[in-house]
Amino acid sequence: MLAIMKREFSSYFLSAIGYIILSVFYVFGGFYFYAISLLNNTTSLTYVFNSLFVILIFLIPILTMRLFSEEKKQKTEQALLTAPVNLWEIVLGKYVAALLMFLICIVVTIFYAITISFFNMPSWSTIFGSFIGLFLLGASLISIGMFFSSITENQIIAAVSAIAVGVFILLIDSISQSMSISFIRNILNSVSFMSRYNNFNVGVINLTDVVFFISVCFIFNFLTIRVFEKKRWS
Amino acid sequence: MIEVKNISKKYGSKLALDNINFSLKDGEILGFLGPNGAGKSTTMNIITGYISSTTGTVMVDEDEIMENPINVKKKIGYLPEQPPLYQDMTVKEYLSFMYDLKKVKLNKKEHIESICNLVKISDVYDRLIKNLSKGYKQRVGIAQALLGDPEVLILDEPTVGLDPNQIMEIRSLIKRLGEKHTIILSSHILSEIQSVCSRIIVIDKGKIVADDTASNLSSSLSMDSRLLISIEGEPNDVIESLKDIEGVKTVVLGEQKDQNTFEYIVTYDKNIDVRKNVFSVMAQKECPIVSMNNVDMSLEDIFLRLTQGDEEVVEEKSVTDEMPDNDKVSEEKNNKILEQEENLDKEQKDGSEE
Repeated sequence: MLAIMKREFSSYFLSAIGYIILSVFYVFGGFYFYAISLLNNTTSLTYVFNSLFVILIFLIPILTMRLFSEEKKQKTEQALLTAPVNLWEIVLGKYVAALLMFLICIVVTIFYAITISFFNMPSWSTIFGSFIGLFLLGASLISIGMFFSSITENQIIAAVSAIAVGVFILLIDSISQSMSISFIRNILNSVSFMSRYNNFNVGVINLTDVVFFISVCFIFNFLTIRVFEKKRWS
Repeated sequence: MIEVKNISKKYGSKLALDNINFSLKDGEILGFLGPNGAGKSTTMNIITGYISSTTGTVMVDEDEIMENPINVKKKIGYLPEQPPLYQDMTVKEYLSFMYDLKKVKLNKKEHIESICNLVKISDVYDRLIKNLSKGYKQRVGIAQALLGDPEVLILDEPTVGLDPNQIMEIRSLIKRLGEKHTIILSSHILSEIQSVCSRIIVIDKGKIVADDTASNLSSSLSMDSRLLISIEGEPNDVIESLKDIEGVKTVVLGEQKDQNTFEYIVTYDKNIDVRKNVFSVMAQKECPIVSMNNVDMSLEDIFLRLTQGDEEVVEEKSVTDEMPDNDKVSEEKNNKILEQEENLDKEQKDGSEE
C-alpha cells in the first residue's frame, strides 16, 4: 500500500497536474480570502470556507480523474493486480495519495488565519472546525471521483462524470427547496453536503455530520474495490 | 509445481478457453504456441490471477490462485503482452516501485542492479521509460518480472518488437533463467519456441491441440514440406493433376489471386522434391505457374492459412482432397467442403501428435 501511495503521490509532480491543482487552489482561495475577509475587514473565515466548496467541486475531479483510468489505459493495472497485494491496498494507497495532495492544498487556509491574526485574534476553534469540515468534504469528493475513475479508461469521462455529480451535490439544496413532496425533500435534505459542511464552518462539529462524510468515503471506496472484483470475475 | 485443471473462460457468450488441462514440473520451460486470439494470453492471465476462470482451478504448489492469491502471486513473475510500464517514470524509479510493490525482501540496490545487468538495461537506468525504444521497454518489462527472484516466470510474447540481435539475446537469457526457474512463455513463432522450450502446448480456438516435447513436435511437423503455388487454370483440373504427382500428399485450395488464378497449398513428402514434376505437369496441362514458394513451417502461417482457408472454401464452394488414393468419394461440393474441413483438422492433429 505504501509503495502505491508513494508512486501515486510522486506522479502528481512528475507531470504538471500537481502544480496546476495547487496553483489553481491557491489563486482562487487567495482571491476569496482577499475579497471576502480582507476587503470586508472581518476576522471571520466562515464565508471563505463556504466559498471553497465550489472550488472543490471542480478541482477534485481533476485530482482524481487519472487515478485508475490512466492505469487502465496504459495497461499498468495488470502489474498491480498480479502483484502480491490486496485490492483494498491498491485502492487505499491511491486514495491516501490523493488525500495527501488535497491536504497540501488546504493547509493554505491556515495561512489565511495566521494573516488575520496580525490584525485581530480570529476564532481559532471555529477555524479548526472549518478545517475539519473542509477535509472531510474533500475526502468524500475524492472517494466519489476515484470511483468514477475506476469505471472508465478515459480521464475526461472520469472528470466530467465526477463534476456532474459534484454540481448535483451543489444543487441539492436548491432542488429540495423547489420540491413540493415532503418525502423527497426530506431525503434530499438528509444527503445535502452543503448544509452539513456549513455546520462545520460556524464551528459546530456534529457527530452525525462527521459520520455522514466518513460513510460517503467508505461507500465509494468500497464500490471502487467492487469494480475491480467484478472486472476480474466477468 | 503448476497444475491447471479444467480451465474454461467465457467472455459473455463467447467461449475463449475450453477445458484446458496441463501440469508443469519444477524447472520446465513450457511454450504456448498458437495464432493470435487462440487463448494464450487468457490462459496466462488466469494463471497469474489477473482474471478469473469461469470454471476450473489453477494450483501453484499447494495454493489455489483464487483462494490464496497473495501466496501464488508471490511466486510468479509476469510479463504481460503489453509490458505494464509507467511512462512518466525512469527505469530506476519504476523498478524500485515494482520492488516495493512486490514486497521483495532482498538487498534492494544489489538485486535491482544484478537484474539490470542480466537484461542489459544498465545504460538506460536513468532515462524516462517513455523515451525508450520498444526493445528496451520489453526488457524493462522482463526485468520487472524477475524482481524478487520468483520461482515461476510467465512471459507473454517476450520477443515481440525486438530486433533479431535482441531476440537472440532474450532467448539465450530465457534459456539461462530456465536453469533456475519454471517458465511459461507464449509465442506464435515456432522456431522461437523450439529453440527455448523443452515442452510445447499448441492452443487453437481455446483448446489444446497438442502437448508434447519440442523434439517430438518438430519432427512430426517437419515430416512434410509445403509448397505455396499460384496456378492459372480451372481449380478442379489443377487439383486433380497435382495430387496425381508422386509424393504429393494433400492439396488445399487457397485464396483466389486473380481471375482464374488460384493459390494452392501442396503438402508433400520431404524426401521427394516434387517441384520439377509440378512444373512439367502444369506445363503439359497448359496451366501456367505464376509463383511457387516453399513455405516455412511457421505455425502462425499454417494457422492463418487453415482458418482463412475454411472461410474461403465455403464462400467459393471449391474443392479439395487429401490423399490421392481416397478421393473420388463424393461429387457433391458440400460434402467435399465438409470433408476438407475434417481433413484440415486431421492434418493438424497428425502434424502435432505424431
